Amino acid sequence: RLASPQELPGAGWGGAARGPAMDLFGDLRRMNKRQLYYQVLNFAMIVSSALMIWKGLIVITGSESPIVVVLSGSMEPAFHRGDLLFLTNFHDDPIRAGEIVVFKVEGRDIPIVHRVIKIHEKENGNIKFLTKGDNNEVDDRGLYKEGQNWLEKKDVVGRARGFLPYVGMVTIIMNDYPKFKYALLAVMGAYVLLKRES
Amino acid sequence: LRKNVEDFTGPRERSDLGFVTFDITADILNGKKWLEENILTSIFSIFDWNVKQLFLYLSAEYSTKNNALNQVVLWDKIMLRGDNPRLFLKDMKSKYFFFDDGNGLKGNRNITLTLSWNVVPNAGILPLVTGSGHVSVPFPDTYETTKSY
Repeated sequence: RLASPQELPGAGWGGAARGPAMDLFGDLRRMNKRQLYYQVLNFAMIVSSALMIWKGLIVITGSESPIVVVLSGSMEPAFHRGDLLFLTNFHDDPIRAGEIVVFKVEGRDIPIVHRVIKIHEKENGNIKFLTKGDNNEVDDRGLYKEGQNWLEKKDVVGRARGFLPYVGMVTIIMNDYPKFKYALLAVMGAYVLLKRES
Repeated sequence: LRKNVEDFTGPRERSDLGFVTFDITADILNGKKWLEENILTSIFSIFDWNVKQLFLYLSAEYSTKNNALNQVVLWDKIMLRGDNPRLFLKDMKSKYFFFDDGNGLKGNRNITLTLSWNVVPNAGILPLVTGSGHVSVPFPDTYETTKSY
């Protein structure tokens, strides 16, 4: 015989058992305007807090990009593609041979993580330096701009101070597969908007 | 030993090129570079559970008329966890060309060679450590025109 709605737990109209997705949409239907606005505000607050934390990190470290993901294998075996690096860029920190710096070549967006192998510093603090990836045979002059032979302080995004392995892989996957990024954002957005605090 | 040649890897002006051969005796396990035969009684291990590798490098530091501070890395080596932490290297040639920015190596009496290393952890902070002990090397007053290596 057919089970009656009262016997099946969680069964409403339609007679089918409800999973968590159905619950979410049920919530959405039951929400009135005020609750919807509340959810939107909640969502906005989460986004704002995340942005504030990021901006705070930029201020504390002095670097425009305090957390970077290693994109190439030029610093292996120390750093692999997908590792996360934490940078500082204090103005008074001198650049010395052996340090790992993240720099941007003029005109290019992609930051490069390599080691400083030569510095020539004048008395007034002006410094020019040369970098090389640990895993590369030659120094970075081939990567610099046409005619540029040295890097300067202004090219530096930061000094690598700490690192976490593998964690940055998520960023690389999201870059290489944009559909994955949109799907992830859509799921996260839907969850935050629809989940009611009970 | 020093020559003055055109720096063919970089700018077109003539710069001083230095040639250095060196010996490295280092006991990285104990964090010290020792030049005598003392047995070290306090032993600490730099290769703990969180150390993936050490990046060692020999740098030459000196001052010239052109630049108040110059540092040039002459040689480097990656020492993985599990590698022999004691180094006995003799008659090593520098891995990288020792070009000065200008002509500051001629007659420069005080080039300091130091061994340092970058500790690369499995996760965490990346410290730079300088070994104790360094060597001062003077460069001659004249250029060599004969072939060196």
